[in-house]
Amino acid sequence: MAKFREQAQFDSSAQSAYTMLPWRFTPLDEEGYVATNMAGEYVTMSASEVSDFAGGALRPDQPIYDELKSRHFLIDDDTQVAIDLLALKIRTKLAPLANFTGLHIFVTTLRCEHSCPYCQVSRANDDKREFDMSEETALRSLDLAFRSPSPAIKIEFQGGESTLNMPIIRFIVAEALRRNETARRNLAFVIATNLAVLDDEILQFARQHDILISTSLDGPADLHNRNRPRPGKNSYEKAVEGIARARTALGHYNVGALMTTTAASLPQVRAIIDEYIRMDFGGIFLRPLSPYGFAIKTKSYASYDQKKWLEFFFEGLDYIIELNLGGFEFIEHYSAMVLKKMLTPLQTSYVDLMSPAGMGIGAVVYNYDGVVYASDESRMLAEMGDTTFALGNVHDHDFADIFLGDALLEPLEQSFAASVPGCSWCAFEPWCGAEPVFHHATQGDFVGKKPLSSFCTRNMALFRGLITRMEANPKVRRIFERWANIV
Amino acid sequence: MITLRGRLTQFNLPALERGPVIVRLSDRTDRPAPLSRLEAFIHHRGPVPGGFGWYLVKDAETLALLPEGAAAAVLSEDFQHLADGDVVRLEPAKGAIRTLFRKAVAYNHFLLTERCNNYCLMCSQPPRAVDDGWIVDEVLEALPLMDRAAREIGFTGGEPTLLGARFIELVQAAGSHLPNTALHVLSNGRSFATGSLARDLGAVRHPDLMLGIPVYADLAHVHDHVVQADGAFDETIRGILALKAQGVRVEIRVVLQEQTVPRLVPLARFLARNLLFVDHVALMGLELTGFARANLERIWIDPVDYQTELTEAVGILDRAGMKVSIYNSQHCVLEPSLRRFARRSISDWKQEYIPECAGCDAQSECGGFFTSAKFRYSRGISPIVKAA
Repeated sequence: MAKFREQAQFDSSAQSAYTMLPWRFTPLDEEGYVATNMAGEYVTMSASEVSDFAGGALRPDQPIYDELKSRHFLIDDDTQVAIDLLALKIRTKLAPLANFTGLHIFVTTLRCEHSCPYCQVSRANDDKREFDMSEETALRSLDLAFRSPSPAIKIEFQGGESTLNMPIIRFIVAEALRRNETARRNLAFVIATNLAVLDDEILQFARQHDILISTSLDGPADLHNRNRPRPGKNSYEKAVEGIARARTALGHYNVGALMTTTAASLPQVRAIIDEYIRMDFGGIFLRPLSPYGFAIKTKSYASYDQKKWLEFFFEGLDYIIELNLGGFEFIEHYSAMVLKKMLTPLQTSYVDLMSPAGMGIGAVVYNYDGVVYASDESRMLAEMGDTTFALGNVHDHDFADIFLGDALLEPLEQSFAASVPGCSWCAFEPWCGAEPVFHHATQGDFVGKKPLSSFCTRNMALFRGLITRMEANPKVRRIFERWANIV
Repeated sequence: MITLRGRLTQFNLPALERGPVIVRLSDRTDRPAPLSRLEAFIHHRGPVPGGFGWYLVKDAETLALLPEGAAAAVLSEDFQHLADGDVVRLEPAKGAIRTLFRKAVAYNHFLLTERCNNYCLMCSQPPRAVDDGWIVDEVLEALPLMDRAAREIGFTGGEPTLLGARFIELVQAAGSHLPNTALHVLSNGRSFATGSLARDLGAVRHPDLMLGIPVYADLAHVHDHVVQADGAFDETIRGILALKAQGVRVEIRVVLQEQTVPRLVPLARFLARNLLFVDHVALMGLELTGFARANLERIWIDPVDYQTELTEAVGILDRAGMKVSIYNSQHCVLEPSLRRFARRSISDWKQEYIPECAGCDAQSECGGFFTSAKFRYSRGISPIVKAA
């Protein structure tokens, strides 16, 4: 039997200098730094480790050396395969771009019987059909939707209250199914509804075509009814009862709920979470409020700043972590989407955290009147008089005009965070988005100055908050690993 | 323990006049003549039909019952397990028999070559630089005789891919002759690094193929030390990428030993991040044969001493949605939360229980021991007694 060699004989790390692969670092807290590689894998490092590594002075016997080597921050004489793996991870991250637009939002009507002050777009309920989508507009919108190369096409009906125009929803579903007999996409439908006018006939229709229901639930009755006024002051009761009916008809997991955060929400994050638990949801998306539409007009956006929202968010997150540590599984979805980027090679389809931005190529909006918008926020901006992100009209423009026109490509080209000042050297860039619509709305510029951007402030705090929590407690890390891998 | 190769007590004279043969066994007296001429009749009791090419009997007295001039062998005690549908190689001149395929077991495997380009510290089948190309011919001849209802067969070594084009030929033959049988290949993956062999393998489009490939650490030098080959880690990883790019399914195999446990958790994280697309991860206890026995003191770590690392590693892989299994472990030394990942992975012919297992209620779920465990087993072995 030949002699076996010792491990040290296979370790040539010390034989020559290491080569750094692209990496970035950003302060994490008073003492430490967080460093990321090109694909978004991170390590926490001390200031002296950062300095040693950056200066080419890190020694193989320092424990951080192996961690940096394992996570593809460096290569040395031992191994070069890190470059293959890094390239593969970058390709994996960017691969979904080739699918192009997957989410197609159809605004069936602007009419709504709610009059929520934070709503960006709805019109008080009247019988004016001028705010309804016509069959002609629907057909031309479907032409565009099926031109998308995406193997999965999701059609989401929004409003107003989308179901106030059921005839067009039925028309679009029937027509999409007919076209899909030859188009052969993975076709799905979602109805976004406040559930207040949802009758059994609609549920029967939804059941027949496997249509998902997405609704609003802002928290406990007081808060919900205050946020979402309607005649009868019973929005909450309608929503709760509607969720139960919809689950019975469609199945528990086919009914989702989203909350909107307002100034009134801020002191009661636990009560909001408890409401979601009471309603038997598996998680909650603690959402920031967007700065568009009525939300700005009524000052409900300016009425609380990012700091207050962050306090609200982290109080909620810590409460949810506490529940999970106690054995009750419950997910915070904003964190889950960020953690997926931090801890897995995969991407989320959350358009706010896409780089390049998801506008137009992640989701697109066909308004009731045939105007095509790059995103939901784009149409809200248009309602305020700024039509920068109106990409065209289904009646006047074809697929190339709309999806290859300057109105979309200009902001998209400026939405690669990796090439943006303030982002290109940020360690959090691999996880972050670009949000050209937001920065245009708030700063009049697709890129914006990041130190003035509340989007940047919020996400930086979120990234740091998630990292410090999982670095401090391995049990939290395990919970986060689970969240990161929910689909 | 069941013996798979050995000397027969006796071949009769007509047998000695014939050369070596690979032959399928049948115990059916109503076998159609065109088939029985090509087969060996295995006699258990009762009358002996005529027309078979060969006869295998249990004792010398039975020879008298055979047709005039029939070629026959008397099976030794060790080979009484042979049964209908099994495939054996008979070598009358050497008085030898080898079992190639047993119909009754779920998994039959074939060692394709003893040559290898790794030299693993714990190799259970130490490589030899010999010219053993005859093995390929033998397996190619045996494949068409095997039961097409077989659930799974395996190709092992040595390193089967060192056979190059002949390896591809074997996979092709397995897929063609056993289209409903899964094929599992144990390889170190290095031959696939440059891409061309992976392309050839992908082009076979075997209906149910899995390559089991070892990755022992996230750090190249730790892996290279275990396999005693510089540069092996990079080649193995590139090989896995090339195989998956060709749509070939890959299972990562990690042997749990003194050298691999310290990097087990980082390895799990590495796999989840870089190789999320592999089809299975198997975390495997040691089999104490071959080099593993010679290097016992160097490689042994008691399983009770790595349960923390194992729990964390399995958790990382499981939470990442990867399919993960623990092989070659005993239930009583596993963290209870890990038992659902444990598989009964030890082949029946080398699986045993030990005296300490007496009175254990978990034996039916437990994988038991390799026969070789007598050289060392965990201090944590003790019966699991379930509440009545």
